[in-house]
Amino acid sequence: MKARVTVTLKTGVLDPQGKAIENGLASLGFGGVGEVRQGKVFDIALSDRDAEKARADLSAMCEKLLANTVIENYAIEIL
Amino acid sequence: MKSAVITFPGSNRERDMMNALKLVTGHEPAAVWHQDTALPDVDLVVLPGGFSYGDYLRAGAIAARSPVLRAVAEAADKGTLVLGVCNGFQMLTEAGLLPGSLMRNADLHFVCREVKLETVNTTSPFTRGFALGQVWRCPVAHHDGNYFADPQALEKIEGEGQVAFRYGEGTNPNGSVNDIAGVLNGEGNVLGMMPHPENLVDPLQGGTDGRTLFESIANLLETA
Repeated sequence: MKARVTVTLKTGVLDPQGKAIENGLASLGFGGVGEVRQGKVFDIALSDRDAEKARADLSAMCEKLLANTVIENYAIEIL
Repeated sequence: MKSAVITFPGSNRERDMMNALKLVTGHEPAAVWHQDTALPDVDLVVLPGGFSYGDYLRAGAIAARSPVLRAVAEAADKGTLVLGVCNGFQMLTEAGLLPGSLMRNADLHFVCREVKLETVNTTSPFTRGFALGQVWRCPVAHHDGNYFADPQALEKIEGEGQVAFRYGEGTNPNGSVNDIAGVLNGEGNVLGMMPHPENLVDPLQGGTDGRTLFESIANLLETA
């Protein structure tokens, strides 16, 4: 089983890297680009468990390591 | 006074910290390796600066999950003093021993310069040798020193006197909220700070402003 975890900054947390990317896009001539927020993607291979157990395990992984829940949210997708 | 400095793969200020402790307190600190699961019997544990684990995932994130950090958390619970400088501060927030988080510097640049620190708290073991409002020089060298805490957490930190130092005189180098440069835990026995007091303890380094922090700890423990 494969899963994808996406970690993004919480609303209200400043994202200077996202802002720099936004400015980079503007300087390349891409018009009409609003706010850019950047984050991280983790593709994780899991063995020996059903989707429900996988979600529970991935959630624990996010809480304990993959995300810093002071500043970040996470989303889990089973692929 | 007995102290220990923990070295992680990628630490680079552990020697500076050990030299400063030896110079100011007169006692050689114990060297602890990150794979150790127990700490020696000490009054002060220091997490030094550097780039543990190459800053993979988030600065300090991997080190914060290493076995020795569990021993540090247990020691902190029992009242042992814990000081984290730079990468050590990042580890302490990642480990949940201090509130808030350290994010990429607001202007995205690595900063290596001298700042002014304003002393906000003078009651903790680390800050009791300073005068309230005392401004002192201190070097910084980091890429992820932008202190952030959400409004509720910030209100608690400010309200309960947990801010130890602020960047003073317009020298905030990284966009930290409320110019926060150093934060204490609720009990006051854990301090994290981005600036490097260990790098300003000898006239050869251009000044000795950083000595006061180490003297505060040493004097407290020698007279206890």
